[in-house]
Amino acid sequence: MKTFKVLGGGCRNCEVTADLISQAAKEAGVEIQLDKVTDMAEILGHGVMSTPGVVLDGKVVHAGGIPGPDQVREWVKG
Amino acid sequence: MFESLGNLIAFQLLRLGPESHLGAAVQFFVMDLTKIFALLVIVIYVMGLLRAMLSPERVRAFVRGRPDWQARGMAVTLGAVTPFCSCSSVPLFIGFVEAGIPLGVTFSFLIASPMINEVAAVILVGVLGWKLAALYVLAGLLVAWFGGIAMQAFHPERWVEDYVWKIRMGETGAIETDRSLLGRHRYALGEVREIVGRIWIWVLIGIAVGALFHGFVPADWVTTHLGGDDWYSVPLAVLLGVPLYSNATGIIPVAEAMLTKGVAIGTTLALMMSVAALSLPEMLILRKVIRWPALALFAGVLAVAFTLVGWTFNLIA
Repeated sequence: MKTFKVLGGGCRNCEVTADLISQAAKEAGVEIQLDKVTDMAEILGHGVMSTPGVVLDGKVVHAGGIPGPDQVREWVKG
Repeated sequence: MFESLGNLIAFQLLRLGPESHLGAAVQFFVMDLTKIFALLVIVIYVMGLLRAMLSPERVRAFVRGRPDWQARGMAVTLGAVTPFCSCSSVPLFIGFVEAGIPLGVTFSFLIASPMINEVAAVILVGVLGWKLAALYVLAGLLVAWFGGIAMQAFHPERWVEDYVWKIRMGETGAIETDRSLLGRHRYALGEVREIVGRIWIWVLIGIAVGALFHGFVPADWVTTHLGGDDWYSVPLAVLLGVPLYSNATGIIPVAEAMLTKGVAIGTTLALMMSVAALSLPEMLILRKVIRWPALALFAGVLAVAFTLVGWTFNLIA
């Protein structure tokens, strides 16, 4: 199962990003684990300064904004 | 083009008199609404296509260990060219601190970021002309540069929350991006949707306020109360801007209406900067990393800087 982390201090853009991912997973019928990380130490621990960021299976795949829907679908099925 | 569209709707379709308050307000509203939103979409799309990849992570790596003036130059440029979600200011702040970048440089970034961005700059050119746009950007860069230096003089390190010093930043590999034309187009469209979705309400409010000001506030009243050379009109404009908050783009139509009614240029610039850069929500977000004395100082330094800018431009004009 894929694990996603959305990195961000809890602003609206971070919420939107998390929703996009769970929505895409539901549409693809894929089980995923999704965590929202708001702890600054952990966010910076991933080397990300511009939020929201997305971590997929421990690897940073996106930072600095809401990801595109196509991108999100790639992550979920890929 | 936008002006004639405003004329068409206000004076011909709605049959309002050009001399009436309502007619003037509606004409202004339609003209600015169409002009600003058309410009917004075009500018953001083109910027998205070019996809200036000046990411803060890169700047941080580049800046660390450089002499102050180079670091400050990069920080101000980064703040000016990239729009950030304001919730990014906390991780950005910590990331800069962790890299050993002086706090004064970080403050330069925090000042430049809300005040100047390329979208607001292009719309300023479209609405107020390139001279005023250049003045605004120049004034913003100066305030960011010297505001950061002024902050440094007070040794703000003592007010940084303890946990900030303990955070260690990890390294991240390069994030893969789709660099094909189609990828860029998609990214640009996404940017338009995201940024317009975030700021449209501020822009709309700004246009409405500008239209009301344009239509209903008599020019005599303005020249008596705001246009004069009284020294206090500039600090008053700065104070007025503190409780008011808007995006840098949203304040442009208000400035336009003020200028056409004869408000002095320095006073207008001071209000614009104060509304865009001095905001309570932003301060509350920064409270997570620095304590109140530093925030109060930050607000104070900015207020003084905006006042000086206002006075200077009023004198020159």
